[in-house]
Amino acid sequence: MAWEARSSPTGCINLLHGDARNSTSITVFDAKGIHTYQPGWLYVPFGEQDPHKLQRSERRLLQRDIALLSGDAGNVVRIDPAAKQLQTADGQTHAYDYLVLATGSRNAPEEVSGFAEGADHFYSEKASLALEKKLANFTGGRIVTGVASVPYRCPPAPLEFTFMLEASLRDRGLRGSTEIHYVFPINRPFPIQSVSDFVAPLLEERGVQVHTFFNTETIDPEHKIVSSLEGEDLPYDLLVLAPPHKGQQVIIDSGLGDRDGWIPTDHNTLRVKGYEDANLFAVGDATDLPVSKSGSAAHYEGHVVAETIAAEVQHRPIRELYHGRVACFLETGHGQATFLWFDYEHPPKPPKPRRLWHLEKAALNTFYWQLIPPGRV
Amino acid sequence: MAATYQIDKTVDAKGQTCPMPVVMLAKAIKDLKPGQVLAVYATDPGAKKDIPAWANKTGNTLLETVEEPGLLTFYIKKA
Repeated sequence: MAWEARSSPTGCINLLHGDARNSTSITVFDAKGIHTYQPGWLYVPFGEQDPHKLQRSERRLLQRDIALLSGDAGNVVRIDPAAKQLQTADGQTHAYDYLVLATGSRNAPEEVSGFAEGADHFYSEKASLALEKKLANFTGGRIVTGVASVPYRCPPAPLEFTFMLEASLRDRGLRGSTEIHYVFPINRPFPIQSVSDFVAPLLEERGVQVHTFFNTETIDPEHKIVSSLEGEDLPYDLLVLAPPHKGQQVIIDSGLGDRDGWIPTDHNTLRVKGYEDANLFAVGDATDLPVSKSGSAAHYEGHVVAETIAAEVQHRPIRELYHGRVACFLETGHGQATFLWFDYEHPPKPPKPRRLWHLEKAALNTFYWQLIPPGRV
Repeated sequence: MAATYQIDKTVDAKGQTCPMPVVMLAKAIKDLKPGQVLAVYATDPGAKKDIPAWANKTGNTLLETVEEPGLLTFYIKKA
């Protein structure tokens, strides 16, 4: 059995191992061999998080008798579901009985002309540190925040950043000299209507100007103007956009993804469409599922895949399907947050922002390593 | 009805959920000349609200929305 991991649901790998300990061997292919808690990058630009504390060795998180291949040996370059084999960058071919793809997504700034030179973001350690410096030196002007294109990781994060930015500027006495503009590709500030209805008045209350139907087409770094497909031009002093995202090249190269590299995945069984009899599963950002590209979705999906494989190995009925469950917090600034809990059929009903939700998110950020990777939650 | 339009480009957004139909439409219409017609096929009911709002915002003309069981077709003329 093999688990190809770049956005690694380590806890679920450990869970699977626990469920089927006596009859399986598990190998994780992870070129970096590092597990990163990416939600923590949101706090780096505000000086609230040391990014180096967001990483752990994957080896130390996995149970001892789960094999981990990293470097070229863990870098999967081709997947052949018909032969149930994969190839790694060191030239080796590995056979498997079951394969779970957790290859994640990648930032694709090259998709928007001028993005790399003209925009900042917090979707990598390096970018979030660069943004921290720019924010520390910011003395007022016009900041444009939002999303360059969809889909993107952690959908609430650009809104959270905007609320936290507004609060931070207020604390620093810079709010009066700063305009904040938030751009989003559709006719509301968030894809889910109920969340949009919740955040729209908050954005208005905080004096954030919202520009909807703004699909970022080009960025002119020299003149500091971001332009949309819809023909709107916005000047900026600082531009903070979630970058365009794509699936991984190995998925495209192996013919397993759509044009952008997302894997067509059954909404409930999480089997890769077209390979239903090939013991091939996909979880997390890598899929084309109509849910958040978030650690939370990957976590719940991982549980279902672990249970499915364990049930098949143990010749018992499968007890779980995935119904689109996602649970996440949404920071609203000033030390408050709300909570989003939803699935395919039931949209979230965000409660009024409270300090409690912010503290629960902070607790998760702190105790993630003890709770999620070991499979305790 | 649909048959009367000269369609210059189509967008297949069937199976795509919000906000993808609008995003695919916004990208596709860039390739058309003023007066040309784009047909968008979608299944997400949200598109019934989003696409007219997008046309209204951008000044493009939504010529017609055709609803069939399990399929929505939007005909849009580029401004």
